[in-house]
Amino acid sequence: MPGLGTSLGRGGATTAQQDLARSNCILIEGSSMAEAHPVGFRWVMKAKENGATIIHVDPRFSRTSALADIWVPIRAGTDIAFLGGIIRHVLENDLFFREYVVHYTNASCILRPEFRDSGEEPSGYFSGWNEEQRAYDADSWLYQGNGLSYPERDLTLQNPDCVFQTLRRHFDRYTPEMVEKVCGIPPELFHQVATALTNASGPDKTAALCYAVGWTHHSKGVQIIRTAAILQLLLGNIGRPGGGILALRGHASIQGSTDIPTLYDTLPGYLAMPHATDEEKTLAGYLKKNTKPTGLWNNFPNYFISTLKAYYGRRATKENDYGYEWMPKLTGNHSYYSFLYKMLDGEMEGMFLMGQNPAVGAQNARLERKALSCLKWLVVRDLVEIESASFWYDSPEIERGELKTDEIETEVFLFPAAGHAEKEGAFTNTQRLLQWREKAVDPPGDCRSEGWFIHQLALRLIAKAHASDDPNDEPLRALDWWYPQDEAGEPKMEAVLAEINGWKTTPEVDAAGAVHPHDRAGKLHHGPQVDGFNDLKDDGTTACGCWIYSGCFPSDGENKPKARKSHDYLGHGWGFAWPADRRIIYNRASAAPDGSPWSEEKKLVWWSAEEKKWTGQDVPDFKKDKDPAYRPEGHETGLDAQPGDAPFILHEDGLGWLYIPQGLQDGPLPTHYEPLESPVHNALYARDTNPVENWFPRAENRFAPPGDPRFPYVLTTYRLTEHHTAGAMSRFLPHLAELQPEMFVEMSPEVAQGLGIKTRDYVCLVTLRGAIEARALVSRRMRPLKLNGTTVHQVAIPFHWGNSGPVRGDIANDLMAISGEPNVTIMETKALVCNLVPGRRPQGPEFLTWLNQYAPQTGPVVLHPEQPPLGAPTGGKLTPGHGQHGKSV
Amino acid sequence: MASLGDLLSQWPLVRQIRERKDGTGLEAMSAKTRATHARIDDAQVARSICPYCAVGCGQLIYHQNNKLVSIEGDPESPISQGNLCPKGAASYQLLTHQHRELKVKYRAPRATAWSELSLERAMEMVADRVWETRKRTFQKHFEGSVVNHTQGLCHLGGATLDNEENYLIKKLFTGGLGMVCVSNQARI
Repeated sequence: MPGLGTSLGRGGATTAQQDLARSNCILIEGSSMAEAHPVGFRWVMKAKENGATIIHVDPRFSRTSALADIWVPIRAGTDIAFLGGIIRHVLENDLFFREYVVHYTNASCILRPEFRDSGEEPSGYFSGWNEEQRAYDADSWLYQGNGLSYPERDLTLQNPDCVFQTLRRHFDRYTPEMVEKVCGIPPELFHQVATALTNASGPDKTAALCYAVGWTHHSKGVQIIRTAAILQLLLGNIGRPGGGILALRGHASIQGSTDIPTLYDTLPGYLAMPHATDEEKTLAGYLKKNTKPTGLWNNFPNYFISTLKAYYGRRATKENDYGYEWMPKLTGNHSYYSFLYKMLDGEMEGMFLMGQNPAVGAQNARLERKALSCLKWLVVRDLVEIESASFWYDSPEIERGELKTDEIETEVFLFPAAGHAEKEGAFTNTQRLLQWREKAVDPPGDCRSEGWFIHQLALRLIAKAHASDDPNDEPLRALDWWYPQDEAGEPKMEAVLAEINGWKTTPEVDAAGAVHPHDRAGKLHHGPQVDGFNDLKDDGTTACGCWIYSGCFPSDGENKPKARKSHDYLGHGWGFAWPADRRIIYNRASAAPDGSPWSEEKKLVWWSAEEKKWTGQDVPDFKKDKDPAYRPEGHETGLDAQPGDAPFILHEDGLGWLYIPQGLQDGPLPTHYEPLESPVHNALYARDTNPVENWFPRAENRFAPPGDPRFPYVLTTYRLTEHHTAGAMSRFLPHLAELQPEMFVEMSPEVAQGLGIKTRDYVCLVTLRGAIEARALVSRRMRPLKLNGTTVHQVAIPFHWGNSGPVRGDIANDLMAISGEPNVTIMETKALVCNLVPGRRPQGPEFLTWLNQYAPQTGPVVLHPEQPPLGAPTGGKLTPGHGQHGKSV
Repeated sequence: MASLGDLLSQWPLVRQIRERKDGTGLEAMSAKTRATHARIDDAQVARSICPYCAVGCGQLIYHQNNKLVSIEGDPESPISQGNLCPKGAASYQLLTHQHRELKVKYRAPRATAWSELSLERAMEMVADRVWETRKRTFQKHFEGSVVNHTQGLCHLGGATLDNEENYLIKKLFTGGLGMVCVSNQARI
């Protein structure tokens, strides 16, 4: 997420799971870690054994709460108000880590006089709002002084326009009373958390935060994580042992699939995809736009041109701008929901689905399934016949008569996939750690890996391109598809990893340090491996598939992700953590400005005056020999332009950003907005919802207005230990299916009593998008919340079932709306509203008539007063992607 | 025929008395139990990682004659220290359960049932579909800029795949075919 990326520089967890054991306090919010990441949670328990205070903030009392010291029930979708309250507590009571904040953050940077905060009036809008474009012109958010590299600063933090004072004013209204009014958290409980966190922070103590999709799946998900980053920077907890922010990713390689993205707007290593703008017409223009004068991004051309060399090999030359023209250019938001609507409108012909099951796992699943039926052809690759492959004969829409099998034109190919033990390759885990898997057995039958499939498809398509003289096929002809393969036609995955690491492009016979130097035909293909991203060049002499992974397969020929000899608590010697095997990033901040450890207890990396270098328990995330006393003269570029006490080396100024002067669509500071669907209005601002939100309006995708009496309950979703996302990897397994066989809805005794139902009774959940049935689980784990006199009831559902496999259940995502958070186009599934109707839903076509009673399916599309009118621009302006801001959930 | 003494000595109670043990050790075992051994004893092991969430627990995958024998936690992992959760512990079933598909299934337009396809034929057909769709939908220019892209075909998925696979997908689909509609679980 750009939440971490914009605040700190990189879009990855700052720490390692094992390091949680060194923490004095752990706040888990937006995650039920004990249930969704059970084995990682053992490190939280180790910390508890060592005396740490564990806090769990969650709408639902779960096993995580049971093992925590403090459980804080919260209204779903109000995390910014809660964390903002703690920030205010820290600032008002002078509890921040002053030396850390003054030297390592942008607290001292001075903003322009034209900047207006969302808290003024309090409108909920920052300066620069363009109502017609429904987007911000963000120029007024910049600093005074010379760009982002040399901002004007006031180290006393007294200047009224400095970030620190702005922050103080911004959060001034987030009082404990306001926290109670918005979140339903009583002031005593709030103070308990605030005190535990601040008591556990300082030179000899550290606190850590853990989150998962309970923070990301919101209409302001990026800003929730931003709030966490602000708090951790103020408390001096980033880059230090036992501190940090641990983003708990939900899939084995969700971090990996953003680092090496199968996403539209980035290239590997968070390089921005080029856009079809005048500025980016040429390679020079594109490089100029993306290269920063100071900080690590000054090396952007080295990384990008090395990527082009990895893609187009020898065909990428200086004369043809290294094939820049072949790289497709973006013309808008091409993220999933945008192209889903194209599918529905019949504008998309073909689709590949690889290990994803949108018929169950994607929001507004009724719409998803209809969209699949609008395709000309669909290729599904999975272990089992998932609902996204069988929609044409056994979806709820077929059963209800909305779709007819013999009228669906979609041609469907279901390819059986290989499982994790049947192929080799690396996952990148939640702490940025690449871990290689050895292959154990061959896949059965016609099962094949995705690597095999793509390789075989590439060979066929490239052959077609070579037989064609169409200039449009030139990118395919130029593509460097050199990979050696085995007898079964499977590409050698270590050869792919070698390319990801990068090499010198000039082939040398018998070169030392070369890995898989020969191509499929036995011809010498490339030279020795590079040893890291510092070796990359912008002159075509190096190629590198993903610069941040460079160093994982260096010239010593060792596949580092495969290493299995851990020799310290951070796990060095086991796998490879990007970047450069640093396990805790920004770890320069674990030492004071003068380079000495903040305390003996919390030492990690420090400056050795004798050796004139940084040393310690981790690989320093800093120029190895840069003296803490180093000061640039003002004419330098790159890292040389940053002083010896600036730990956040990806930012131009080397500082941690409490305030984001550039790079976010919805504001430089987090603002509490209500969820798109909420039982109440915003108590903090005049504006209810995030103004830049993309609502994806459509007749089948409507939102209830605030306080809609038809939908009185707050609905949230969560994951069970025994199941995995849309269920393809769990519902079909006998043990897991038996452990959790059926869909249910968790509700408080108060809710159940009101409805006259008890545990195991059927109850239907209804939203404007659809309705499902589930068994009631009545439990004190869900509690009514009091928001200043108003009582809010919340219910919670897991989302793992579908209509295929041995255990079946209604699809939770039939209830969800499609929406797009403005920075990453993520949907809001963690906070919406619903109705509860006791009993079962009707089967067959009668369902639709029944649904219409509770959720009218006709009439105006736009029901929420803050939704832009149909056809209006929405979701922020077309801006370059969030490459460089570290985009990942 | 075995002597009475031999028969008696097979009786764990007798062994217990004769060997003066408390009946909690080897003396309590029958011959059959003594002859059993762990099914992983003769197996080879591949060092692997759990495919479910992103904790990244180490797995030891035992296999023999190209068949899976067992999947266990890797005690040397600095993250998981030998532990697996219910999903990771069930991952042997993930690879061996009866619902796994082993053949390519094909559904023609408007067809009411699946048919089977050889892998080779299916690959040829998919390559043809991609080729034709790309030809029909390829856009060279957009508002005066060279864009070299197609929005006529799309990809979804990646967070369950390997880094190397995602690398190849992005390289072929975006770098080669010009597909811009590429997305995965990571932030849809």
